[in-house]
Amino acid sequence: MAKRASSGPSTTDIDMTPMIDMTFQLITFFMFVMNFSEAEQDDRIQLPLSQLAKPVEGAMETPITLQLTQDGSVIYAGELISVRDIGGYLEREKAVMLDAGKEPNSATLIVRADGRAKTGEVQDIIRICQEKGFERFVLRAQYDEGR
Amino acid sequence: MAKRGSQLADKISIDMTPMIDVVFQLISFFMFSLKVVAPEGDFDIRMPLGVAAAAAPDDQQVPPVRVKLSAGPGGELAGIAMNGTPVADFDELRSRIIALVGTDTGPNSLADRAEVELDCDQELRYVNVVRAITAVSGKIQDGQIVELIKKIKFTPPKRG
Repeated sequence: MAKRASSGPSTTDIDMTPMIDMTFQLITFFMFVMNFSEAEQDDRIQLPLSQLAKPVEGAMETPITLQLTQDGSVIYAGELISVRDIGGYLEREKAVMLDAGKEPNSATLIVRADGRAKTGEVQDIIRICQEKGFERFVLRAQYDEGR
Repeated sequence: MAKRGSQLADKISIDMTPMIDVVFQLISFFMFSLKVVAPEGDFDIRMPLGVAAAAAPDDQQVPPVRVKLSAGPGGELAGIAMNGTPVADFDELRSRIIALVGTDTGPNSLADRAEVELDCDQELRYVNVVRAITAVSGKIQDGQIVELIKKIKFTPPKRG
């Protein structure tokens, strides 16, 4: 076989600079829009809109999220349970808090209820939480930028 | 100036492949972990159990504004009433609240001390409750939120 030593590897040089520029731009973009918040959200819940529901700054002390679906079941920690069963879960939550030396009334119950759910069910959730000693409630709504 | 024509062509070529590999890994990580979240906000509801009945009336306390929301057969809003008088819609409810507490919302003002008690029918769609809370708790003026009544509570549920 003939050897083509010196004339051999004549590779075409591609200029990588623009591609790397763009790629780093993309990385920076995705890094900035990345959300590290642990906020519990669920696609099954369609929150009611409100113009006054401005996003909250800062973290709450011991947030407990209860999500009420349209048909009246509760999503707690990713599990679908019925409204009547939340008492047991809250009891466990309360025991954990007492173990950590916190009072249950320092926790904030975040109620993410679907706009089509019945008000009576939201009130049931609040009543059950009250019976377990929780006092702080927030009703979550989606911020409505329009109009 | 001296011309150094052909010598410049001897550049050291850096192998870009590992860097580009890593960079694309990073891009795909950030792309897949991207979660589009709609901005959400909270309304405070203060409902300690049993305090409402036990609290002694003092002169700082204003009687709560009772807002009654009635439901139609399908859960839709059938009527609004404030302190017993019917209100046409949520905009009118807001103007009634402003007429009642005034525009002074500073500390210890009437709006700061006033309280709204929501009396809702069991079957009412929850979206109406949030609209009522929006109406009583503030208004948008020149793009700014002017807060009205912040203390909101529900009447204890009546089970029929």
